[in-house]
Amino acid sequence: MSRNILFWLLWLSGTVAIGGYLTTTMFYNGDRSSLLIGKTTSGHHQIELSCNTCHGNGFTDGDTIQKACLSCHENELKVSKDSHPIKKFRDPRNAARLEQLNAMKCVTCHTEHKPELISSMGMGVTIPKDYCFKCHADVGKDRPLTHKDLNFEGCASSGCHNYHDNRALYENFLEKHAKQPEMKLTQLINNLNYEKLSEEYGGLKRGNPLNRTEANAPKEHINQKLLDTWHDDAHAKNGVNCSSCHQPNKEKQAWIKKPGIAVCATCHKEENKSFLAGKHGMRLAPNMLQSKADPFGLFKEKKLSPMRPELARLPMKQSAHGTELTCNTCHSVGKNNHKFNIQKAKVQACLSCHDDEHSKAYLTSPHHELWQKELKGELPKGSGVTCATCHMPRIAVEDEYENEVFIITHNQNDNLRPNEKMIRSVCSSCHGLQFSIDSLADPNLIKKNFHGRSAFKIESIDWVLKRSSKPEENK
Amino acid sequence: MLNFKTSLKKTALSIATGSLMLGMAMSAPATAKTFEPQQVTDMLHLVLESDRTIYTKKVVKRLANKHKVIKATESFEDDKSLPLPAQMFRFGAEAVADKTDKFSYSLLSLWPINKQNKPTTELEKKGLEYINANKGKNFYGEETLGGKKYFTAVYADVAVATPCVGCHNNHKDTPKKDFKMGDVMGGVVIRIPLK
Repeated sequence: MSRNILFWLLWLSGTVAIGGYLTTTMFYNGDRSSLLIGKTTSGHHQIELSCNTCHGNGFTDGDTIQKACLSCHENELKVSKDSHPIKKFRDPRNAARLEQLNAMKCVTCHTEHKPELISSMGMGVTIPKDYCFKCHADVGKDRPLTHKDLNFEGCASSGCHNYHDNRALYENFLEKHAKQPEMKLTQLINNLNYEKLSEEYGGLKRGNPLNRTEANAPKEHINQKLLDTWHDDAHAKNGVNCSSCHQPNKEKQAWIKKPGIAVCATCHKEENKSFLAGKHGMRLAPNMLQSKADPFGLFKEKKLSPMRPELARLPMKQSAHGTELTCNTCHSVGKNNHKFNIQKAKVQACLSCHDDEHSKAYLTSPHHELWQKELKGELPKGSGVTCATCHMPRIAVEDEYENEVFIITHNQNDNLRPNEKMIRSVCSSCHGLQFSIDSLADPNLIKKNFHGRSAFKIESIDWVLKRSSKPEENK
Repeated sequence: MLNFKTSLKKTALSIATGSLMLGMAMSAPATAKTFEPQQVTDMLHLVLESDRTIYTKKVVKRLANKHKVIKATESFEDDKSLPLPAQMFRFGAEAVADKTDKFSYSLLSLWPINKQNKPTTELEKKGLEYINANKGKNFYGEETLGGKKYFTAVYADVAVATPCVGCHNNHKDTPKKDFKMGDVMGGVVIRIPLK
């Protein structure tokens, strides 16, 4: 064999080996971090190594990526009464507009892996802030009284408009709630009686209370403390027996010592759905894979591990590192105890991990003071404001048949960005609209956990009132 | 509310049924009778115009204006009121657009309250001006949008009920305040892509 042929063979086998390794890593299993083409957005960084979730088999077109975006975000857009839904742009009369800005594709404005393009607006927006100009250039002419000579950079970044969710910012809403005082007369959180509402609307099914003698766990799995804590808590009171969670299918299953979130989800369906949609549970959502099964059986399908505080981009307490986030992380009281603590999940659980300025400032905030007074019985139930009040509010969601179901959402991200999303589900319980809009517009006030007053006054309500009082000048 | 939902469903169903029949007609084998684009848009317009008139008269005018049991407002979800006839029409158009690209339709005007509903293409403008100047006549033409050729038909949208005129003349964003019953207030534009 000549030297040349030997070199060719070496080159060929080297290329095949390296190519094979990279292909295997990319599509099936291995350390993919070196293959990331740019820092991912804060929204997606937790799942950045589950490449297939967005890219399919790797040789997919834009439509597959679009479908992937919608598979997680479509419902959120529907619920937000999206002001710019894709269906609005399907009419061919929009062809010229779409050439300017293809509003049919999420990635037009939210390009992933391009950190250098992220706008100061946040939310993964990767186009310049003045994008409204592309379709609404005439707004100054159409609304001279309020919009003449305005800079288009401010439309969606000054507290007046959002591209998708304008439920708390649209004109009629502003006008209707224009005269609200800073503090409402009754200050109680929305949907306080959500349990009743939930039942009325066909939510959680409840059974008859069970007593200690009815506990159906085998003797080796039970002790007095477990029995007592189970009996005194919500599960026994609503007919949930030991086997309901530890052996849901008696014929086919052995006793499960530590039931996982799939078991909780059999009853707490909507809570689970929202948990998997938020930052705490997204790694456990369907199709989030660390490795994928291959046709030759070399690799097995493996899901991503649960979220852990050290994987977060926000500051987290060192002491919390290594904690895996499942239902029990926030709701379980401890070992050998079947009390599921809903109070712990309102503040204590959050602050055991979160270590940023806003979280730390909560303990000296007026909201915390109200919570303490509620706990002491000085104020009625629903007066206190906890972390969960704002970040996991009681809201009405629609099921697959568009029926309203009241739940405590476990998607902590649902009303977070743009933060005006929080107005209707949270702030409006106690505060007037102008006060809420102004407060949410001040990043420093948010850092201080609303201790103090906003340094900003957003003019949108004034402008609406100006327009409705002088309709003649608005033409 | 239930009755209203039923009426919405019926309206959507009748549009869908009409569209389905026309779709079947358009994709029929060569031996069967084929329809010209104009015949198809004329038939579609009949369905759209009839449903639109019925919603305006039998739902909005009867319940909101005559009996005053419910209002019809733009922010109908928050207000727990009826959608405006123009919104009802647009929701149908958007639902159809989600299902097919074989045809599309919209409600436009030379004097729109919502400025996104003014003509955007040359042919839309020409068509709206034509139906306004030639009462009772329709406008037909062809145009290329986004590299695709379309048959475009424009039909007059006439003030058939007092709420149409009342609402448009009094809205703070209306560019025209002297509409009368029977006036052409805008136009229904229907498009079919041509191969």
